[in-house]
Amino acid sequence: MILDILSWIFLLTGGALGIVGGIGIYRFPDFYTRLHAAGITDTLSALLILLGLGLQAGWSLAAFKLALIYVFLVFTSPAASHALANAAMHSGLQPKLANKEGELKHD
Amino acid sequence: MLIAASIAILVTMGLALVRALAGPTAYDRIAAVNMFGTKTVLLIAVMAFLSGRTDVLDIALVYALINFIGVIAALKLVTHGNFHSSDFEENHDKKGGAE
Repeated sequence: MILDILSWIFLLTGGALGIVGGIGIYRFPDFYTRLHAAGITDTLSALLILLGLGLQAGWSLAAFKLALIYVFLVFTSPAASHALANAAMHSGLQPKLANKEGELKHD
Repeated sequence: MLIAASIAILVTMGLALVRALAGPTAYDRIAAVNMFGTKTVLLIAVMAFLSGRTDVLDIALVYALINFIGVIAALKLVTHGNFHSSDFEENHDKKGGAE
């Protein structure tokens, strides 16, 4: 079935994207870069995995619930990332910048 | 394939948990816990289809709600130190000082 293959592709791509985000949040050197890795991969990984599951479900109540979960995630995940970055910036946490010329100033 | 997706989500959750335990600042920990919660929602959804009981999707929906509220509450607690301060004046002062 074409739908099954498409669903598998979506599920595996979503899982791979999640692992990429996990490696990013584990290895990046700074809070803002870690937030970048986490916040960006969260939304697309959730979309791909829920889309794959929705193709398995067909037109049913489960597909509606998956769409509801995705709508909620796509609203709250960027909001949480923005609140995190805003709070970190207001608390004075500075991003780690390159010091090639020996200057660590920003702006 | 559902098992492969759930294993990938579990690996991601493990990496986020390592960052949540070892994060230097509290914001690192909150970001990692936020990612952990999002992946938990996805894992519950995959597990619902893996076991064939799609009623479990309601739990995933409720977990997404609780995760967002919990992250915002933990963020307010870390930023202000309490839950009861109105943050207008502090934010105003901090903005005026920073810019």
